[in-house]
Amino acid sequence: MLEVFIFATLNGLVTGLLLFMLASGLTLIFSMMGVLNFAHASFYMLGAYFAYSISLQFGFWTGLVFAPLIVGLLGAIVERYALRRVHQSGHVAELVFTFGLAFLIEEAVQFFWGPDTKNYQTPEILDFALFTLFGQEFSAYRGFMIFISVAIFLGLFYVLTRSRIGIIIQAAITHPNTVANLGHNVPLVFMGVFGVGTALAGLAGVIAGPVLTTFPGMAVVLGSIVFVIVVIGGLGSLAGAFIASLLIGLLQSYAIASDVGMPDLLALLGVEFERNHPLNDLWTLTLSQVAPILPFLLLVLVLIFRPTGLMGKRES
Amino acid sequence: MAVAKKFSVWICYLLVLLLLPQFFDTVLAISIFNQMAIAIVFALSYNMLLGQGGMLSFGHAVYYGLGGFLAVHALLLIEDEIVHFSIIWIPLVGGVFGLLAGIFIGSFSTRKAGTVFAMISLGIGELIAASSLIFVGFFGGEAGVSGDRTFGPPLFGVEFFQDIEIYYVAAAWVFIATVFMYLFTQTPAGRMANAVRDNPERAEFIGYSARYVRFISFCAAGFFAGIAGGLFALNYEFITEENLNAITSGRVLLMAYIGGLGYFIGPIIGAVVLTLMNSLLSNYTELWMLYLGIMFVLTVMFLPRGFAGFIMMHQVAWIQGKLKNLLVPYLKTGVPGLLFSAAAVAMIEMSHHEGEAFEYLGFTLNSHSPVAWIITAGIAGVSVYLIRRSIPQLQEAWEEANTINDADGDQP
Repeated sequence: MLEVFIFATLNGLVTGLLLFMLASGLTLIFSMMGVLNFAHASFYMLGAYFAYSISLQFGFWTGLVFAPLIVGLLGAIVERYALRRVHQSGHVAELVFTFGLAFLIEEAVQFFWGPDTKNYQTPEILDFALFTLFGQEFSAYRGFMIFISVAIFLGLFYVLTRSRIGIIIQAAITHPNTVANLGHNVPLVFMGVFGVGTALAGLAGVIAGPVLTTFPGMAVVLGSIVFVIVVIGGLGSLAGAFIASLLIGLLQSYAIASDVGMPDLLALLGVEFERNHPLNDLWTLTLSQVAPILPFLLLVLVLIFRPTGLMGKRES
Repeated sequence: MAVAKKFSVWICYLLVLLLLPQFFDTVLAISIFNQMAIAIVFALSYNMLLGQGGMLSFGHAVYYGLGGFLAVHALLLIEDEIVHFSIIWIPLVGGVFGLLAGIFIGSFSTRKAGTVFAMISLGIGELIAASSLIFVGFFGGEAGVSGDRTFGPPLFGVEFFQDIEIYYVAAAWVFIATVFMYLFTQTPAGRMANAVRDNPERAEFIGYSARYVRFISFCAAGFFAGIAGGLFALNYEFITEENLNAITSGRVLLMAYIGGLGYFIGPIIGAVVLTLMNSLLSNYTELWMLYLGIMFVLTVMFLPRGFAGFIMMHQVAWIQGKLKNLLVPYLKTGVPGLLFSAAAVAMIEMSHHEGEAFEYLGFTLNSHSPVAWIITAGIAGVSVYLIRRSIPQLQEAWEEANTINDADGDQP
């Protein structure tokens, strides 16, 4: 029991931190421009694919450095030449645009790399067990993922709260017009934040690609979960996104690892149920079965009872 | 005279619906018309939410899919002779269930519009789609549920073995649904939906509950989406999880947006165009989804009000009789534009076909021949140059055509 718990915790931590790398960029972009970027997870996918292509030629580490840069550059271009134009037609148009972009990127990835799963490998240097617990190995690569994610979190936190540019960004979030009046180039700040946010998503893709498999559907798998995190954490709140990421990561990981379900609950309550009843599916439901929908359940509940999210200050 | 003018659009619509199968009577054409019919009702119901009510939904397929599932189950009940009615009422079954689902979900999701509503709809959509794979008894898991429409009591001797018979049923439902959705926009509830979309605060000040107004639109949209789902069930005789997941929700958003949200006719255009692309383009190329994506993104960027919006942009010029002045500038930009698209598509297809020769617009292209690349790239380059040159002229002509001449004295 204990080993299941510990490994579920570790896996949840890895997933949660990975989700945070995506969510941090998304929540920054949202709080600055007020647009939820549907294509955010697509940039994550692009990161994985670019890193795969680079790693074939120059190895994993070159990919780790350059793939996020390429993705960030692409993100900045999208902001500068497309999103800024669509911005004039209002929020719905922006949301719909990023939605279409996500669709387009998925098709483009299939066009350039094909529809099959890519054999994107972890680097050999990290191909060993970091430690062995209860006879199960915890791979060094997962440890590396935790290290990168924590480093990004600390770095981001430092930049946003301690550096000059961080202060300008924070000011631009709440008072864009005042910041512009003070002589700062707010559109440039927006473009930069969009670029950095997408680069972070790309980085997440680079390190997640080998573990979560690199295939054209990988954006869809994570896309809506990242949305859930940003909303649950509170739109625009970095700390909220961090908490929500870990929460969702752990929640899903525990739910998958658990072996309890409705039969246990009914037995506990002393309720008998008959087999072959039309509602049989409901009575035999297990927690691991509902694991994929837990985040969405949480999302709907949070939006109904606390629309500002855990740490958010505004609704939209 | 005014009355005739008022109804002429509707009579034309009805005639088109009735006469279409007379002109195109192949099996493929009928199947495309049936898909169009379903798509039109679905897209119009979506526009009740987004276009008229200002509620961006990422989970509208829920009502479509649930309606469809109930409709298939109703078909099964007819087959088992538990209930006894003609299958032409099946879409209504779907509609009623879509309405019920709308009432339940709308009761808490319409509290706010904007991002909160969009996120709730996304969450609900994912929830229902995921649940449909868990509750195998009702949803049939991955395989879905299938029924048989031919077991119902015959209607005037028609037993609905053929698609063409279903087409007339679908056409009738499309017409009725379109009329009612149009009438809805004319009711106080429809008018208030527009007001709440534009400014919820003011609407509240004059005494309307924004939430209640949204709720009404939401339920109505659920009802008509359910009818579309019922039509789907009737046409295909099966329904799967795919009909209520995010992909279907995304597709309806695409249809409504490309067609034009602000206009009643917009989603109809979108539904027709996308269904045509869907069924015809996919015969010619494997990459049609890529082209669809490109078209969608370009539409959002350059025609934010969709195809219908593009047509309506010419109203001022038309009223002034200056439309003909735009013809030459349009041709000057449009022809190179078409050439550029053709060349770009040729290059995309060449890199996709890797060495195999293939037919394209009457030419045989081979990606291994440098000549083909040089020619297509040349055409693309020249057309970009021509477009860049002609755009200022087009803008000038556009400005001129949209300037209202005071001298005439009869301004619009």
